[in-house]
Amino acid sequence: MQLIDCPWCGPREELEFHYGGQAHVSYPPDPQALTDEQWGHFVFFRDNPKGPFPERWVHGAGCRRWFNAVRDTRTHEFLAVYPIGAARPGVPGGDA
Amino acid sequence: MNRVDGYGRIDRSRTLRFTFDGTVYTGHPGDTLASALLAHGVRVVGSSIKLGRPRGITAAWNDDATGLVQIEEPFPEPMLLASTVELTDGLVAGGVNGQGRLATVADTARYDRRHTHCDTLVVGAGPAGLLAARTAARRGERVVLVDDRREAGGSLAPTDRIDGRAAHRFVADVVAELAGYTDVLHLQRTTAFGHYDDGFVLALQRRTDHLGSDAPGHLSRQRVHRIRARRTVVAAGAHERPVAFADNDRPGIMLASAGREYLLRYGVLVGREVAVFTTDDAAYAAAADLAGAGARVTLFDARTTTPAHWTRACTDTGVTVRAGTVVTGTEAGPDGAVTAVRTGPAPGGDPAGGTTTPCDTLLVSGGWTPAAHLFSHIRGTLVFDDALGAFRPGGAVAGTEVIGAANGTLDLAGCLAEGAGAQAPSVAPEPERVPTLVTWWTPGDPARQFVDLARDATVADITRALDAGMRSVEHVKRYTTIGTAHDQGRTSGMIAAGITAELLGRSAGDLGTTTFRPPYVPVAFGALAGRERGDLFDPVRTTAVHPWHVAHGAVFEDVGQWKRPRYFPRPGEDMDTAVLRECAAARRDVAIMDGSTLGKIDVQGPDAGEFLDRVYTNMMSSLRVGRVRYGVMCGNDGMVGDDGTVLRLAEDHYLLTTTTGGAATVLGHLEDWLQTEWPHLRVHLTSVTEHWAVFPVVGPRSRELLRQVFPDLDASNDAFGFMSWQDTALDGVPVRLARISFSGELAYEVNVDSRYGLALWERLVAAGAHLGITPYGTETMHVLRAEKGFPIIGQDTDGTVTPHDLGMSWVVSAKKDDFVGKRSFARPENNDPQRKHLVGLLPTDAATRLPEGAQIVEFAADGTLPPPPVPMLGHITSSYLSAELDRPFALALVKGGRARIGEVVHVPHEGSLVAAEITGHVLVDPEGARRDG
Amino acid sequence: MSTAHATAGDPPGAHLPEHPDFLWRTPEPQRSYDVVIVGGGGHGLATAHYLARNHGITNVAVVEKGWLAGGNMARNTTLIRSNYLWDESAAIYEHALKLWEGLEEDLGYPILFSQRGVLNLAHTEQDVRDSVRRVEANKLNGIDAEWLGPDDVAKICPILNISDDIRYPVLGATYQPRAGIAKHDYVAWGFARRADEAGIDLIQDCEVLGFTTEGSVDDGTARVTGVRTSRGDIACGQVALCSAGHTSTLLDQLGVRAPLQSHPLQALVSELLEPVHPTIVMSNAVHVYVSQAHKGELVMGAGVDSYNGYGQRGAFHIIERQMAAAVELFPIFSRAHLLRSWAGIVDVTPDASPIVGRTPYANVLVNSGWGTGGFKSTPGLGWCLAHTIATGELHPYIAPFGIDRFVTGALVDEHGAAAVAH
Repeated sequence: MQLIDCPWCGPREELEFHYGGQAHVSYPPDPQALTDEQWGHFVFFRDNPKGPFPERWVHGAGCRRWFNAVRDTRTHEFLAVYPIGAARPGVPGGDA
Repeated sequence: MNRVDGYGRIDRSRTLRFTFDGTVYTGHPGDTLASALLAHGVRVVGSSIKLGRPRGITAAWNDDATGLVQIEEPFPEPMLLASTVELTDGLVAGGVNGQGRLATVADTARYDRRHTHCDTLVVGAGPAGLLAARTAARRGERVVLVDDRREAGGSLAPTDRIDGRAAHRFVADVVAELAGYTDVLHLQRTTAFGHYDDGFVLALQRRTDHLGSDAPGHLSRQRVHRIRARRTVVAAGAHERPVAFADNDRPGIMLASAGREYLLRYGVLVGREVAVFTTDDAAYAAAADLAGAGARVTLFDARTTTPAHWTRACTDTGVTVRAGTVVTGTEAGPDGAVTAVRTGPAPGGDPAGGTTTPCDTLLVSGGWTPAAHLFSHIRGTLVFDDALGAFRPGGAVAGTEVIGAANGTLDLAGCLAEGAGAQAPSVAPEPERVPTLVTWWTPGDPARQFVDLARDATVADITRALDAGMRSVEHVKRYTTIGTAHDQGRTSGMIAAGITAELLGRSAGDLGTTTFRPPYVPVAFGALAGRERGDLFDPVRTTAVHPWHVAHGAVFEDVGQWKRPRYFPRPGEDMDTAVLRECAAARRDVAIMDGSTLGKIDVQGPDAGEFLDRVYTNMMSSLRVGRVRYGVMCGNDGMVGDDGTVLRLAEDHYLLTTTTGGAATVLGHLEDWLQTEWPHLRVHLTSVTEHWAVFPVVGPRSRELLRQVFPDLDASNDAFGFMSWQDTALDGVPVRLARISFSGELAYEVNVDSRYGLALWERLVAAGAHLGITPYGTETMHVLRAEKGFPIIGQDTDGTVTPHDLGMSWVVSAKKDDFVGKRSFARPENNDPQRKHLVGLLPTDAATRLPEGAQIVEFAADGTLPPPPVPMLGHITSSYLSAELDRPFALALVKGGRARIGEVVHVPHEGSLVAAEITGHVLVDPEGARRDG
Repeated sequence: MSTAHATAGDPPGAHLPEHPDFLWRTPEPQRSYDVVIVGGGGHGLATAHYLARNHGITNVAVVEKGWLAGGNMARNTTLIRSNYLWDESAAIYEHALKLWEGLEEDLGYPILFSQRGVLNLAHTEQDVRDSVRRVEANKLNGIDAEWLGPDDVAKICPILNISDDIRYPVLGATYQPRAGIAKHDYVAWGFARRADEAGIDLIQDCEVLGFTTEGSVDDGTARVTGVRTSRGDIACGQVALCSAGHTSTLLDQLGVRAPLQSHPLQALVSELLEPVHPTIVMSNAVHVYVSQAHKGELVMGAGVDSYNGYGQRGAFHIIERQMAAAVELFPIFSRAHLLRSWAGIVDVTPDASPIVGRTPYANVLVNSGWGTGGFKSTPGLGWCLAHTIATGELHPYIAPFGIDRFVTGALVDEHGAAAVAH
């Protein structure tokens, strides 16, 4: 069980958080202009790397704020946390 | 009796009585069940699972592979090690033959959890761990020290000396010093059993079992400490290894350290004629101590060179030392316990070593394997150490250190130094060591050389596995079942890996080891469950009116975490009768329900309308202040997720309701969109579910009741139209009324601050008495809405249903460029005319109530179903008796349903096919004439 | 309370069958095979077996990066059932169950398939509706299924607490009598031995690092010509990806996207106990599933960990929650002991149904996304995938599970209505 460093509250137990899947997948500006394939990919397809992964978390039992994190899916270790809207920070070995 | 005077840390002034396998024995406080049995010469405690061979006690703590017992009193508990059960008066236990037995009744003991944060956690209060804890405490850190034994001190013997005093005195001084720090938590009888990421360690504290019947009732029996440590120091010691030789599984054969411990800790001399087989120096101390206590001891050392100091110490106490000799087999008496050892020459040893030596006990030492489990749990790499003949920690894991014997450091000075660095206390120099002769097994019949005594697995089984083509340790483990029993390979794992490697001609390090997984020791389910039982399993949520419901005999149902009244039976009524009565009251007079569980979300901000336009399928920005609109939310996939009403309270202020079960999910969904996609929208969301009590007052006479209770209100249809809301007050308490109807009847939703909820409810019920006001529950609510064709999200939908499928295209805005889910409506699958539509279904016999969940089929006209698979058209989502229609009716999702209206389909039910006609989904008041009263 | 007697009767585990004297060779990889199956787990080995048995195709390699059947096959809770809601799921799982029923004979291996039935508990009125719906659908699909009230549930599993003194009382259960458990290692090794006997090479410690390809995805001419492995390049005529949680990594090598997410899924066992639990009990609302395996250990699992992870480790609070659920439903379990816990890597899809079928590479089939259904589907999937490899035609039972459904919207959504996650 991880200790997750909420950007607003500090380190808190994993139990207080919910996972939100891959980060930086923006809602398309004009969904109606997309092909069925493009839309299907937006709705359902997410990366699934073995290694550093930018992803969304929400501190549901705390401040209820969403934030992003880079976590290594091999070790489950959090490498960085950063606000929604910020660019993904560089992390050691984090080019996967 | 094998009890010897002058030894042990037991309280001989008190006698405890216990029963084992039907015989009454005695022991003393400080004993374990194992030490007390051994004191009475009980050597056979059970039998093995596969071969039924007798099994005894092989160790003095949790490294015993075989001494498993079933506890009967004070409460049945399966498969505990006799060596770890502290003796209490009245204990009743018995041996097992491989399986334990659960109680037949629920456990009455309580279990709980405690969360602790610290700078340094030290696991193990042996010399290394104690000093590590002291060092951290002296630095002013918050320290937790846990140790699984009754007392601190690890494997220190009374003869050991530290800092110029007896080791136990030194230990007592350190323990006393630790007790003086307010930030040190020192727990004995507490086993760290799991190590997880970010310094998370779980430890089980045994709090009451050792107190027997004196245990205070208020104490939990066991407590799981959930410890978050910045730094974890693993000082968990090492496990002595056995050696596989023929018939090494007989009772009376135990680890050398155990023989010594039974003497020094419990005052039990485990045998009078003792053979010792060692490959290492440590067993010499055991030999000398047992001889000093009166045993006749012969020591066989596989090494051709024996340690000079220890050999002298042994011969001084009368021990016969035979170098270059290995044990190759044993003999047994009628009870199966050992009566003699056969020995032979070790490689390069004495060719004349082959003899048979009578004995009643055989102590074995094959060297030491570090207890590195807690290091391995968090992916710490283990490396094979040729000198140790074992895997030990290698590499680093951030935040974790391993010291002492757990790190492969076996000498006292080394352990103290790893615990305290330069501040380590002084000890006498250790006598010169002779390296361990790593020996996995000796010559003999491999089919009788047991590697895992708990699984009856032998060297021959390993050979057979390799012959079968197995090459990895994991395959060998699975083929032979070695390491899968109660001790999870604590004693067998290393020699199994060693033997496998040797047979394959590979190095043990190259072959690798199986993975250590939590828990380090078995932990009771109940302890892990803690207090999360019954009402604490999941929170129970109740409304402000709940006490009234209870007092008026409501039958409740669980909806999410809420307790909701399902119906209010009068004496003699079953659910159907009660619901028909409640429905009739709502359609003919007036009825009231507690709708407080509806989710409520307060939405404020200049962009609130824009925001709601994006998340609802219909338009909310155009809603006028004072008005109410029904809305549906979909996911990106276009499937209906939730529905409810939206009140516009002000230009920049809305109040949404959600389904009871969906409240948290919807709030989370909205926050997700707001924070992650549209952070520029100036909107704030607040859950106000608990703030408002909500009572639908339903029926043709509801207006009459409202006028009576709220005389200031103009309740006329012109002044207070359908789908509008008004604020009023009662005795100075603000009340919000809304013309919302989930039944099709004239209805008002009465909202009030929850603190006044019960009072207002009672006021309405009292005021409505002369109108025959009838409280109703969820079941009647479901019937009334179904008669009107209103879906329940989650009942008439299942995550695969669009608003169009529900016949609610009117709720999908054509004007908005986009909203969540809109694009998915254009996918090919969403435009298939054979999609399932929500329709009404009337059994043609007007009598059969079809079960919810029943499937709908087309079938050949002969009345029989074709062989499976039978094509299904859909299923019944809702089904009720209708007081209004005076017949049963149903709602169903049916393929191409709207095009089938008027068709007769069939429903398999209780062995026959029930015919039913597909209808529109609005069965009562389709023209909507009733809503204005 | 009576006292156990150490030597009464037969030793309980004496009847677990021995493994055979020979299982499989340890061959060196050849330079080329007609078919390379990536992943030596249950699905890969079953596919190999049926390729040989049903189609006579034996110039086949199964390449495995670790030890055979050491991934999810070694880590699952061995539940076998076919009582899925939707026709598409019911068809393939029921096909698998029928094969399970003859598998011991087919493999000549004592797989200990024990048809002890499964109870899927309902704890709310909506659970009841969903359960009845599934039972009625199962019956019409030719699958044995019944809806039972609480008293009938207790007749099948007397240790289950059906009183209303628990937080979410048992309102009833669906029951599939033909469901069961099997010994996972025995199953995998049975398939492996048969495949090896047929001449198929089972190559362990052989990790696929990439592919050699020709042609173009854009014009539909793309093909894989070989796999690059830690033990050298292997040319191949066809490739089947049977690598469960690691499938995304392989597809990434081909530039193919799939809606797969790999999550830890934990399981645990108790010590060996005298028989108390005669069936399988699953509860989604109270979130636990439990059976008592052949030697007497309680085998349990729960839901997947929330986040993506390849660590084969899960969070302990999931285990604690599962224990709470177990003791809530089975009060006598309180003093059973957690002996060992572990985790596998399950690949899950948005609709909780697998992704099986073609890829943009004409000779590459993908088989993934089984989530918690992998073990029970093993023979069924192997049969159908072998058929597809051999004939070039998608077997009708796997045809509905193509990746295109996430574009068209023709999902097979098993988590909404089925209310059964495992």
